[in-house]
Amino acid sequence: MAQVTFEEISASDFFYRNRDIAGFTNPTRAIFAAIRELVENSLDAAESLKIPPEIYVRLSFEGEASKETQIYKLRVEDNGCGVPPRHIPSAFGQVLFGSKYKLKQQRGTFGLGGKMAILYGQITTHQHATIISSTDKSKIYMYKLMIDIQKNRPIILDRKVFLNKEGWRGTVVEFSLEGDYLRAMPKILEYFKQTAMVNPYANLTFVDPKGRLYKFTRATTVMPDPPKETLPHPYGVDVELLQRLIQVTPYNNMLEFLKYHFHRVGEITANKFLAFSGISPSKNPKKLSHEEIVRLMHMLKKFKDFLPPDASCLSPLGEELLKTGVLKELKPEFVAVHQRKPATYAGHPFIVEVAIAYGGEIPQRGGFVIYRFANRIPLLYDEASDVSVKVINAMNWRRYKVTPDMPIAIVVHICSTKVPYKTVGKEFIADRPEVRREIANGLREVARQLQHFLSRREHVDKEKKRLGVFSKYLPKIAQFSTKLAGREKPPDIEKLLRSVKKFGAEGV
Amino acid sequence: MEPKEFKSSITERRKEVLASLGSLGAKIYEQIDKGYFPSIEMPSRSTENIYYDQKFRQFILGDKKVKRSARNIRHLKPFAQLVWTALFSYELTSQRKTSTLRDVYYSAQAYEMTFKDQQESNNIITDLETVLGFSREDFNIFPEERSAVFGDLTIRYTVPGYEGKTLNLTSHPDGVMIGPALTSSEFVETSADKVIAIEKGGLFTRFIEENVHKKFNALLVLTAGQAPRATRHFIRRLNKELKLPVYIFTDGDPWGMHIAMVIISGSANAAHLRDLTTPDAKWSGVWATDIVNYKLPTDPLDDIDMKRLYELQKDPRYKEDPLWQREIKTFMKIRRKAEQEAFSRYGLTYIVDEYLPAKLEETK
Repeated sequence: MAQVTFEEISASDFFYRNRDIAGFTNPTRAIFAAIRELVENSLDAAESLKIPPEIYVRLSFEGEASKETQIYKLRVEDNGCGVPPRHIPSAFGQVLFGSKYKLKQQRGTFGLGGKMAILYGQITTHQHATIISSTDKSKIYMYKLMIDIQKNRPIILDRKVFLNKEGWRGTVVEFSLEGDYLRAMPKILEYFKQTAMVNPYANLTFVDPKGRLYKFTRATTVMPDPPKETLPHPYGVDVELLQRLIQVTPYNNMLEFLKYHFHRVGEITANKFLAFSGISPSKNPKKLSHEEIVRLMHMLKKFKDFLPPDASCLSPLGEELLKTGVLKELKPEFVAVHQRKPATYAGHPFIVEVAIAYGGEIPQRGGFVIYRFANRIPLLYDEASDVSVKVINAMNWRRYKVTPDMPIAIVVHICSTKVPYKTVGKEFIADRPEVRREIANGLREVARQLQHFLSRREHVDKEKKRLGVFSKYLPKIAQFSTKLAGREKPPDIEKLLRSVKKFGAEGV
Repeated sequence: MEPKEFKSSITERRKEVLASLGSLGAKIYEQIDKGYFPSIEMPSRSTENIYYDQKFRQFILGDKKVKRSARNIRHLKPFAQLVWTALFSYELTSQRKTSTLRDVYYSAQAYEMTFKDQQESNNIITDLETVLGFSREDFNIFPEERSAVFGDLTIRYTVPGYEGKTLNLTSHPDGVMIGPALTSSEFVETSADKVIAIEKGGLFTRFIEENVHKKFNALLVLTAGQAPRATRHFIRRLNKELKLPVYIFTDGDPWGMHIAMVIISGSANAAHLRDLTTPDAKWSGVWATDIVNYKLPTDPLDDIDMKRLYELQKDPRYKEDPLWQREIKTFMKIRRKAEQEAFSRYGLTYIVDEYLPAKLEETK
C-alpha cells in the first residue's frame, strides 16, 4: 500500500506552485502581467478617492538572467489613496489579503495580482520589494519586504518613516523580476494604449528599458461615479457563502437573516420566500443543518419573485467617457457609443458598453479591430475565444452596409461585480446567453448609427461628385460651343449650376 | 473617248459640313444662353432601330430618337466630349488639316477632355456622325488607309499646299493611296468608262502589269479587304459624278461576297450615314458558280464559313437580287471556296484574257 502524505500548503505556496493560473506562465507573460496588475491596483487606488489617476511606470534593465531572459527593475508610482502603514506588510506580502473581497466592481478580483507579481519577482531574483506609501499628508512609510512562501507571511527587512514635506499621497512599488521585455513589448504598449482608451481621465507614463518614453495624456478630468458596495443577491449565492454568512450573522431568525444579508430582499419579499420554501421565519439560521443549507440555496435560486440586482454597485464608464477615450486613442472619423441598461446573469449584475469607430487613423486590414474590456481592463489574449468576438462574427453586418474591409474598430466593455471570465488569467469572457444578448443588442444599436453615418456620408459624397461633374463639364460645353458658334463671349452657366445645387434632380 | 469635265462636290460639301458644325454649336450656345440645359437629339443606333430600306438599298435608322442632355449627369461627360469633337472637327475642316482616330483620342487630352480609351472616342465620333449625318471623313478624321486607285483619272487637289495641282492617277505604277488628299480632290477628267474594284493587292498589281486599265478602259481600285469608308465614298463618287459602272472582283467565299455587298449596300454600322454606298455596283466574281464552271482549285468551306453563309442568307441586303441567293445556295451545295489567285492554274494571264472579259460582259 502506498503511503499517502497529506500536507497543508499556504496560499502563497499554492500560487507559487500554480503561478500559471494567475498569468505568470513564462518570462514574456510574466512581465506583462506584473505591469498590468500593478497598474490596475494603482487605477483602483486613485479612483476610490475619485481623483484622476496619475501613474508612472518604469522598467529598467538590471542584467542578463539567461540567454533569453533578463532581470528588470519595475517601479510603479501612483497618486492613489495609499495603504495604511499597518496594512502595508500584509497587503504586499501576504497572498489573499486585501480589500477586494466585498461586492463591488473593481479591476482586480482576488487581491492577488499585485502580490503574485511581487512573489514572482522574489522567486526569480531572490530580492526584496520596496513599498513606499502615504495615506495622509504628514508621513511617508517605506517598507522592504520579502514573502515567507511556506507560511504566507511577510518578512519585514527594513521600515522607515519620512516627513511628507511636499504633501504627497500615493503608493510606490518597486521590485526586480525576470522577464523578456523584447517579446512582451508589443502587448505592453498595446495594454497602455487600450487602458488609456477606457480610462481617458488618467495620465499614464511608461519608460521602457531602452529609455523610451510613452505618454498617454488624459483628455478629461471627468470620472465615472465610483461603485457602491453591495450585499450578495439571492440568485448568486452558493453553499459556502451561506455558511459564512450564518457564521457571522448577529440575527437569530430567518426573516431578519434574509432581510439584512441579501441584496433586494425586504420584509415582504423575505416573508413570501419563506412561505414559498416552507421555512419558518422564526427559525434560527445558526440551527440550520447542512442539508437545510443546501436546500435553502436551491430554493433561493428557484424563487421567481426576487427583484433583479440593481446596478449601483457597478461603475460603467458611461457613453461620454467611452467616446472621449475612443476619440483620444483611435482618432477615428466617426464614433458611436451605446450603454446598455443593467442586466444580470446568475444573480450578478452587469452592464455592457459598446462603441464602434470608423475611418480616421483606424487601419484598414480586412477585418474589424476588436478591443475588449472588462471592468476597464483591456483583454489582450485569447481574442478568438471571447464571447464578444463570437457575437461580432455572428452578426449580419451586411444589413448595416458594413463590410470587413472597412476601417472599423469595435469596443466592447463589460462591467460586473463578477465578470464571467473563463479563466483565472482574466483573458476572455465566457459565452453566457445573457451576456451575449446584451452585447448583440448594443452592437446592433451602434451599427445602426454607423450605417446612418455611412449612408449620409455616401449621400454627401455622391452629391459632391455630382456637382463636381456639372462644374467640370458645363463650363467646357459652354466654352466649346461658344467657339463652335463663332461667338465671343461664353454664355452664362451660373444659372444652370445654381439650379443643379438647388434641386439636385437628375431627370432628363 | 472624249475627256469630260465634271463639277465637283468637294468644295460644296466642305461648306455644308462647316455650316452644320457651326449650327450645332449655335444651337447649344442658344440653349445655355436662355438658361436651359443644352440637349441634342439624334436617331438611336441600337439594333432594334436599324432597318433595311428598299429605296436606298442600304440600312437606315428608324424613327427612334435618343436625347443627350447636359441635365443628365450620365450624359454630361459624353455631351461635353461630343461638343469638343465637333469643335475639333470644325478646326480640322476649316484649317484643312487631317487627323486620325488615334489623334482625336490624344488631342482631347490637351483640353482636359480625356477619353477613357480609343473606343470611347470612336463612339463619340460616331455620335457626331449621327447627329450631323456626315461621316468622319467629312470632318477630316481618317482611319489608317490601305486602299489605292490606278487608272486614267486626273484629279485636282484641294488640300493646302497642293491646291489646284493636278495628278493623273496613272502616274505611279503602284497606284495612288486613297488617303485624305485624294478623297478631298476634285475630279477633272477621265477616259475610263468603268471601275473595277479588286479585293487583293496581288491581283491589283497583276491587272496594272497586264494593262487592264487600257485594255478595258477601266479605273482600278484596290479595296485591300473590306473597303474602308473613304474608299466606299470614293467609289460612289466615281459612280455618281463620273457615271462609271462599277464591277467588283473578290475571292470566291462568303467573306469576299460580303466585301462586294458592303460596297454596294453599306453596313449596319453605318446606318446613320448616306453616300457610302454604290447600289448599282455589280459583284462580278468570283462566284460559286464560277468555281464550278471554271473548275477552279478549291479549299473546303469550314464551319465558320458555313455559319456566315447562313447569316448572309437571311440578310435583307442579300434578298435584293436573286444572284445572291443563288450563289449562297451554290456555296452551300459545293462546300468549296476559291481565291482569285486560283485562276493561275490556267496561266498567269488567263484571268485577264479570258475570265475578266467574260464576267464584265455577264454582269454588264
